[in-house]
Amino acid sequence: MSKPIIATTSLAGCFGCHMSILDIDERILDLIELVEFNKSPIDDIKTFTKKCDIGIIEGGCCNSENIHVLKTFRENCKILISLGECARTGGLPAMRNNKVTVKECLEEAYLNCVTVDDNPDNIIPNDEELPFILDKVYPCHEIVKIDYFLPGCAPRADLIWNALVALITGKPMDLPYEVVKYD
Amino acid sequence: MKRVTIDPISRLEGHGKIEIFLNDEGNVENAYLQVPELRGFEQFSVGRHAEDLPVITQRICGVCPEAHHMASVKALDAVFNVDPPPAAKKIRELLYSAFYVTDHTTHFYALGGPDFIVGPDAPPLERNILGVIHKVGVDIGKQVIACRSRNHQVIKTLGGRGIHPTGGVPGGWSKALKEEDRVNIEKIAKENIEFALFSLKAFDDIVLKNSDYLNLVTSDIYHHKTYYMGLVDKNNQLNFYDGMVRVVAPSGKEFVKYEAKDYMNHIAERVEPWTYLKFPYLKNVGWKGFVDGEDSGVYCATPLSRLNCTDGMPTPKAQEHYQQMFETFGSKKLGKRYEPVHFRLATHWARLIELLYAAERMLELATDPEITSPDVRVIPTTIKGEGVGCVEAPRGTLTHHYKTDENGVITHANLIVGTTNNYAPISMSIKRAAEQLITKGKVNEGMLNKVEMAFRLYDPCLSCATHNLPGKMPLQIEIKNSCGESLDIIRRDI
Repeated sequence: MSKPIIATTSLAGCFGCHMSILDIDERILDLIELVEFNKSPIDDIKTFTKKCDIGIIEGGCCNSENIHVLKTFRENCKILISLGECARTGGLPAMRNNKVTVKECLEEAYLNCVTVDDNPDNIIPNDEELPFILDKVYPCHEIVKIDYFLPGCAPRADLIWNALVALITGKPMDLPYEVVKYD
Repeated sequence: MKRVTIDPISRLEGHGKIEIFLNDEGNVENAYLQVPELRGFEQFSVGRHAEDLPVITQRICGVCPEAHHMASVKALDAVFNVDPPPAAKKIRELLYSAFYVTDHTTHFYALGGPDFIVGPDAPPLERNILGVIHKVGVDIGKQVIACRSRNHQVIKTLGGRGIHPTGGVPGGWSKALKEEDRVNIEKIAKENIEFALFSLKAFDDIVLKNSDYLNLVTSDIYHHKTYYMGLVDKNNQLNFYDGMVRVVAPSGKEFVKYEAKDYMNHIAERVEPWTYLKFPYLKNVGWKGFVDGEDSGVYCATPLSRLNCTDGMPTPKAQEHYQQMFETFGSKKLGKRYEPVHFRLATHWARLIELLYAAERMLELATDPEITSPDVRVIPTTIKGEGVGCVEAPRGTLTHHYKTDENGVITHANLIVGTTNNYAPISMSIKRAAEQLITKGKVNEGMLNKVEMAFRLYDPCLSCATHNLPGKMPLQIEIKNSCGESLDIIRRDI
């Protein structure tokens, strides 16, 4: 049987979940034996070169580009995992939901900010190639179907490892409290 | 005017995009790095209790949460008008030193290093951490993993969690250091020093002894004369955790030294319509565009900048390597420091010298008799209502500025993150590399990595602003004529 193929991405996350994947430490060398990596910011494969078995999503969707990437992952991966709080619930970036409007966010950042001195024409970045900021931050499962959810901010390295091994080997997942709990 | 349609595939990670404009002769007229995201942290922090912010703001970045945690908790010390006990400050700096060791190690071996260790012209599929391990051997790869792992353990022990620690509280630290943990941290610090010396030796063997690489380092492609920024202690020497902000001119002369709380008198930000990221510059020099020199307010805040600003290194082994670096590039002595090195690729070397300093400083703190003192907190009793906290993040001076109401609820927050300082210099470096490599409209695929090297040396942590892994962004280069019409698009799609 050929090795399962894994792809990963970070949407509106902080990259902490990807750092937690790296925190499986020397088990990285085992993981490389168990699976094949495709598109991921951890390697240099930047677009899907084949269909993948497992897609790991960090981060929710805060702009139009995040939605596009997430849909591409759904199309190319058999199983999608929401990794961490931002993918699962929108996480900290979702604190802007129902609190500040996009307009307020932009005005605060570019017009009213105390250190902005050099903006004589009161520009708010508007290049057509910049993706649109969404009205709020969306968890991934509100955009596409998500198969599994791994909690934590960031999820513990042991949780990520146990989940991947369970998925790859088809065995039940070991979920002791100290691995699943998060604060 | 025709505008280029972006192929969506190239935007899959899409946080970094380079645009190059050509004039009628087909030579480079302008080039820039577009950053397509906005962080709303300043906005949604309003209305939260100030003491939540060390935990909230570090979620800006999972690569350098410790930097945000420290800047934030220092801002809170000021908001609550409280001076932490010495042991608390030392524990914070100890954790911060361990963080620097992991962070600089990650950059050298996984992000920036592959360009040199595997080679700037090696096939892209080999230019990654596995390629590095293949080149230097699995045993060394395991050492790199072990270095990250043991320092993460230190961060967990001191700060409660590995990623996004929780130890920082206004007025100090939430737990004292136990003797048995201190003994272990001392041992780890010693291992870190050996590891740093080993890494410097590897850099010497692989880069400095290779005349092709050394020529690349000292070539015009990666040369810029700008102002430099870094924190210095009372002896005008480098410190990551605390000090005054010193700025030196391209000549090496001190331009200004100020307290972090006065940053608004010295730093201003420029807005451009084509990017969500702002461009900080020296207010008292002024914004003159993306240009070098004493008349341009563009400044740089990187490992090389900090070495250009410091009056020597505060620890002995790092001092030896610091001298060797400046002497290798022929810098003359300028009082206790040297004329600045302007070769931007030397930033990789400077980063390893800082790695050694961080390891040595970690050992100093781990053996400090006061570090295990149980006195780690002064409980705040007043609310001053405003505070600025500043640390040297690995990628540049990081400033958090908060205002609160009388109940300590945030009314205003402003953050200037490490990489943002370097946004203008990064854009200039990209332009310079493009100018040197493109003439008469001719472009080839081989230039891509050389352009990537121009920004990768800054270790840009766009996670802090755009949530992306430093050095791993997909590159799309657009060549446009002076009317903005697209002539060519080159992408790295592997």
